[in-house]
Amino acid sequence: MASYSIPQLRSHLFYVLMAVAGSIVLAAMFSVHSMEQHGHIITGMNNQIVWGMPHVFAIFLIVAASGVLNVSSIGSVFNKPAYKVRAPLAGLLSIAMLAGGLTVLMLDLGRPDRIIVAATNFNPTSVFAWNIVLYSGMFAAVAVYLWTLMEQRMNSWSKPAGFAVFIWRFVLTTGTGVIFSFLVARQAYGSAILPPMFIVISFAWGLAVFHIVQAAIYEWNGKHLDEYVQKRMRNLMGVFVIASLYFVATYHLTNLYFARQTEFERFILVEGGIYPKLFWIGYVLLGNVLPLLLIYLPALDRFKRIPIASLLIILGGFCLLYVFIIGGQAFPLDIFPGYSVSSSFADGEIGTYQPSLPEILLGLGGVGVAFLISAIGIRVLDFVPRELPKK
Amino acid sequence: MSDINLQRRNFLKTAAGAAMVTVAPGMLLFDVAHGNPQSVGKVRWGMLIDTAACVPGCNDCVTACNKENGLSGGTAATDSQWIRKIEIKDISSGREVSLPMMCQHCESPPCVDVCPTGASFKRVDGIVLVDKHRCIGCRYCMMACPYKARSFVHEPLQDQNPDVPRGKGTVESCTLCVHRIDQGGQPACAEACANKVILFGDLNDPESAIAKKVKSVVSTQIRADLKLNPGVRYQGL
Repeated sequence: MASYSIPQLRSHLFYVLMAVAGSIVLAAMFSVHSMEQHGHIITGMNNQIVWGMPHVFAIFLIVAASGVLNVSSIGSVFNKPAYKVRAPLAGLLSIAMLAGGLTVLMLDLGRPDRIIVAATNFNPTSVFAWNIVLYSGMFAAVAVYLWTLMEQRMNSWSKPAGFAVFIWRFVLTTGTGVIFSFLVARQAYGSAILPPMFIVISFAWGLAVFHIVQAAIYEWNGKHLDEYVQKRMRNLMGVFVIASLYFVATYHLTNLYFARQTEFERFILVEGGIYPKLFWIGYVLLGNVLPLLLIYLPALDRFKRIPIASLLIILGGFCLLYVFIIGGQAFPLDIFPGYSVSSSFADGEIGTYQPSLPEILLGLGGVGVAFLISAIGIRVLDFVPRELPKK
Repeated sequence: MSDINLQRRNFLKTAAGAAMVTVAPGMLLFDVAHGNPQSVGKVRWGMLIDTAACVPGCNDCVTACNKENGLSGGTAATDSQWIRKIEIKDISSGREVSLPMMCQHCESPPCVDVCPTGASFKRVDGIVLVDKHRCIGCRYCMMACPYKARSFVHEPLQDQNPDVPRGKGTVESCTLCVHRIDQGGQPACAEACANKVILFGDLNDPESAIAKKVKSVVSTQIRADLKLNPGVRYQGL
């Protein structure tokens, strides 16, 4: 062992990481096979909580895939050199996470074998159908953008391509928010604030993912990230975190003001068991307050504070989505306003949900797919940011 | 060096090409796709439910539905329930009412709007159905339905009723016993109710019993504020 050089060790470690991610993807495929055989009965989802853990993972990955492109946009659209050199990496991460998220969404379908039906039958009034176009278009737009960045002869086109991606990802995240805001009858959803909220949240989550990948790449290559760049990107993440917290707070405050919504808010913020805990401890404290302290308190400089803050932001993101998606469905539909109701179909009851191993593995499989695409991409192609000399 | 560049170039070209091939058919179809024809037919099947006559604890309509449509009758959170009895109690006055609840066969059904593949559709006679061959099992319609009327088939099925095909991994709900209606019959729940709580018929035919009764008694639509114009109306709420 002692005779190994550091590059050799790194090379071995790379294959170990590939094997770990590959195993997770394999386990996810086995879960899908089991779900295919036994049906969704082996998941925790039921007729009240119809979307569960797979959707938490998928929506996180898709939202972060859009947000990470902020790094490219600031470079290409707003001409900031520090971000421009990072644009290809952001593009790769976007494609990787989008692929991971869509894999999870697709494989969670009751009939994943009918994906061709979804590709050939479009209902123009369905936001889901719009999103099929938006997601596949995003792959194409980012791929073209990467081409203009990495092929020297095409460099002059990188600005319009970057602009197209900039617009496309706004529409895409709007589309993701609209999935929920078009749900007229559910207390948790049906609000016009959701699309902008998703856009701003995507900035914070995407940048957090970018920070972690960037820190790992620099550590791996024994490089030191320029202090100036570090400071700029750190502050930007701080602003995004504050902005997303503002949107989430506004969403809840608006609900609290409406008498018809106060019962729902009491459930999600105070009395709902796991959901208020995840919201206050997971999202607000660990996912926002702590990262903001890490970002803005200089006294914490000796820690690896940005990767830690980024990890916490991601953890907070998962907590928020769990509360939003699953907590939102757990609260019963108000079919008879002004009446208390009971039935054999759990009308008027809080929905129960126990996430099962197969669905968690399926979600992790999406992360595994994103990791594999990013890691292989970074290894075989030129995605490592090359710092330009400071002017 | 030039070899590496060439490889990279080829990779990117292939990737871009593959992406275009993926997107192009979708874009094309999006343009030419039509929604479900929402033309108003002459017939609009509907129901009028007299809650005053509905006996609390009586489950005859539910049992008949389960038998007719080959449902297990189980009430676990993952079991399909196309019709259920709901007991409601006015919070301020304490008045209690029992009523059957099922797909309300809306004129503007949110489930049809949100379905990505058009599997959820409305027939010209107003019956809202799921095409089991087209449903991909995304469950967006279940999220969108204000009445919690839809169920997802969570397990493989055995001994299906040939008249009522169902499928694991797809969404289903009350069909208004469309297979009976098309033969000139009426829904199993309406037939099974000893108290004649459920009056079924053509809301658009002024001579039908249901149209006459809807005209003469006070009836309400559930969540009328959503303006979905359900085909099922309730009397005595």
